[in-house]
Amino acid sequence: MAGVTLDAVRKVYPGGVEAVRGVSLDVQNGSFCVLVGPSGCGKSTLLRMVAGLETISSGTVRIGARVVNDLEPAGRDIAMVFQNYALYPHMSVYENMAYGLRNRGTPKAEIAARVAEAARILAVEPYLQRRPRELSGGQRQRVAMGRAIVRQPQVFLFDEPLSNLDAKLRVQMRVEIKRLQKSLGVTSLYVTHDQVEAMTLSDQLVVLNGGLVEQAGPPTELYRRPATRFVAGFLGSPGMNFIAGTAAEGGTIRIGDLTWPAPVGAAARPGTAVELGLRPEDLRVADDGEPALPFTVEFAEELGASRLVHGRIAGSAAAVQLPAEAAPLLGTVPVTARAEAVHLFDAETGRRL
Amino acid sequence: MVRPAGAGSVLPHILLSAALAIMLAPIWFAIVVSTSSVSDFLTGGLGVLPGDQAIANYRTVLVTGASNVGLSPVGPMLLNSFMMAVAIAAGKIAISIISAYAVAWFRFPFRTAAFWTIFITLMLPVEVRILPTFGVTADLGLLNSFAGLTIPIIASATATFLFRQVFMTIPDELTEAARIDNAGPVRFFFDVVLPLSRTNIAALAIILFIYGWNQYLWPLLVTTDTKYYTVVMGIQRLAQSAESSPVWHLAMATAILAMLPPVLVVLSMQKLFVRGLVETEK
Amino acid sequence: MQAKRVTFPGRILPALLLLPQLAITAVFFLWPSAEALWQSLRREDAFGTRSEFVGLDNFRQLFADPAYLASFSTTLVFSASVALLSLALGLLFAVLTERVGRGRALYQSLLIWPYAVAPALAALMWSFLFDPSIGPVAKLLGRLGLPWNHQVNGGQALILIVIASTWKQVSYNFLFFVAGLAAIPRSLLEAAAIDAASPWRTFWTIVFPLLAPTSFFLLVVNIVYAFFDTFGVVHATTQGGPAQATTTLVYKVFRDGFVGLDLGGSAAQSVVLLAIVIALTAVQFRFVERRVHY
Repeated sequence: MAGVTLDAVRKVYPGGVEAVRGVSLDVQNGSFCVLVGPSGCGKSTLLRMVAGLETISSGTVRIGARVVNDLEPAGRDIAMVFQNYALYPHMSVYENMAYGLRNRGTPKAEIAARVAEAARILAVEPYLQRRPRELSGGQRQRVAMGRAIVRQPQVFLFDEPLSNLDAKLRVQMRVEIKRLQKSLGVTSLYVTHDQVEAMTLSDQLVVLNGGLVEQAGPPTELYRRPATRFVAGFLGSPGMNFIAGTAAEGGTIRIGDLTWPAPVGAAARPGTAVELGLRPEDLRVADDGEPALPFTVEFAEELGASRLVHGRIAGSAAAVQLPAEAAPLLGTVPVTARAEAVHLFDAETGRRL
Repeated sequence: MVRPAGAGSVLPHILLSAALAIMLAPIWFAIVVSTSSVSDFLTGGLGVLPGDQAIANYRTVLVTGASNVGLSPVGPMLLNSFMMAVAIAAGKIAISIISAYAVAWFRFPFRTAAFWTIFITLMLPVEVRILPTFGVTADLGLLNSFAGLTIPIIASATATFLFRQVFMTIPDELTEAARIDNAGPVRFFFDVVLPLSRTNIAALAIILFIYGWNQYLWPLLVTTDTKYYTVVMGIQRLAQSAESSPVWHLAMATAILAMLPPVLVVLSMQKLFVRGLVETEK
Repeated sequence: MQAKRVTFPGRILPALLLLPQLAITAVFFLWPSAEALWQSLRREDAFGTRSEFVGLDNFRQLFADPAYLASFSTTLVFSASVALLSLALGLLFAVLTERVGRGRALYQSLLIWPYAVAPALAALMWSFLFDPSIGPVAKLLGRLGLPWNHQVNGGQALILIVIASTWKQVSYNFLFFVAGLAAIPRSLLEAAAIDAASPWRTFWTIVFPLLAPTSFFLLVVNIVYAFFDTFGVVHATTQGGPAQATTTLVYKVFRDGFVGLDLGGSAAQSVVLLAIVIALTAVQFRFVERRVHY
């Protein structure tokens, strides 16, 4: 097994479109790295460059110590799970899993053993002689993973593998993929646009935007200390509240005619346009004397375990997440958050302050 | 299905029966005549039911022929027709499927030029360029040969188009999966593309078999040696004699034999046939 | 004209794959067509030993030739009759089978097989039915006071080849109309029924307009068929006669070239036909393009 290292990787399409604008990344051996971002951010292109399905315009891709830029996909010792599974429709489940091994001249007996083992792990043994169209979506998904497993590759590549499943199955398969990856310990690159999948699956989370890495690191770190307004807004559901303001003297923020003491450690030049970021679950009703912002309640959504109250802070739409058993909010109430849960971004550059 | 309740349930049957009577009349009378004797239709004794000369007439046509009216035995002609139809169908499919594969799965210089060259052939039915095509075939020494009978009509833009269209519906991810599975272009063609196009190939084969079997003008031109006569084209000598001499029974027996194979193909493989027809004209 | 997004590398393999198709195309399609074009601008002397460049003379002569113009109008009348008749009958049969519940499949099977019959054979069978001395239909017509002899009556000869050609083509149109009818969403017919439209009205206001693309496509295909594929019908029965009454353009090219051995004239006729084919193909492709956006 091996890690994956990207060094200043770029992808420029013949038309001049630059899909990936210089990405460097180090995926540790055995870790689960998720690439996430909105559509068009270059995450799939990046994955496909690792797979060898797209040429690399510049930069290098290494799998282990080997530079693989000019290797055919088949020579890179990777396996890939496609969004639409890409199972060969005319082959049985067994043949689908065996095809890649057969093409590499693996002995028959070994193919049989490996397919049987993969089928056992994925619980698709009863379907080995069926065709893909005779399987349910979840079963096809398992076969697609089985095809990757039997190869015993250095790296697994997943290209939005769960997006064709319904919501319930998606959660179930998500857990299975995680379990499988942990037990096999194979380095994995996983592309998704779903931030919940990204948060839950990853050891290393990479948020991409416009062909560049916005931030990479452990998922909790990205969640707690987003480096940019983009990352802050992309991760988390319900999304972070943003309130526009101006940095003022003494580390405070002017929001309309209100004032909020600036977050600890943040130093912005007075007069800089900033955005205050507050996660709904970090907000609570303020006690007397605490620094607070007035929250005007509009309506509430009951989520079962919690309640999401929608309203406005200084004219901007905002939400506050409260325990389900909390007393209903009415009218305008002061809300506040812990100092370390208050994020401040430069409104112009989007960088964290 | 929305249909006016009770109304019009008998009328369509009546009209359709009338339609069928007209559509089937030629074949029915062909059967009647082909089983009657010369005297039956010369004396006006021809009924609407088949006669009793079936064995005699068909044996004459198939085996002995009738040299007095220029009819050589039809048996060998049927064999020629069959070989020509199979060769044309197989050849067209083989040539078209590989050229469509090249155009769909490769980028290379002059790719578009090659495609348009093939496209132009679509516009030129053999009837339009009879004389020069005949000239080229003669120059190549292909008159009175099996090659001359088949090769000039074996290139097909229609089939190339059809296969390209089929290929465009094969998901790109399958190609990518195959590349990861260490399958190159040749292996991918045989292991994935060919099996996935099986139904289209079968449907097209039916249409092309009929097309090949029913060739008329081209065999007429390139064969003067009876050894290479095909049955559809061979019948025209009889047709011309039938107007003057009493050989309708032989002409019709030949006609029945000549139409039997393609008609049987259509009736026994109706679903595929319909599919092939609709697809080739898309 | 696009390739797939995912392609294989390499140049030699695709070249080899295209070679057979391109070779045959070049030798048997492009070269002869170029030759036709070349010959149409030249004329051979009486012995066929020398030929000289005559410009558009062959064409001028062609369009000054009453026989050619007559053949042109014969072809137009013939093609229009065949196309319209076979379209109308094909549609009628398709609508009728759509209306019967039981036995639909049987009717369909019995109506499609004439497609498989070669035009020459169709012509042969019909010419028996209309044979002036023994044909059952000719006899019937005689009894009705309509003496039939297509061997001497040019109009009747034309009717005969129209009937034979139509008979074969009806199946084809029938099949496409059946497919077209099946593609009409049931919900539209149900909406029409709720709007209290009579079956007749439903057909003309809903079904027929929705079949218009199919019909137009078939019209072009039928004209191409009538122009070019009916050579066998003419050759096997009337041989262009009596008195040129059934000499269609394609038959004339053949006869002038192979029997008359008029190379330049035949080539000029080929070029005219070529132009017609290209025009029809262009119409068809414009239409196909439109249908994609439909």
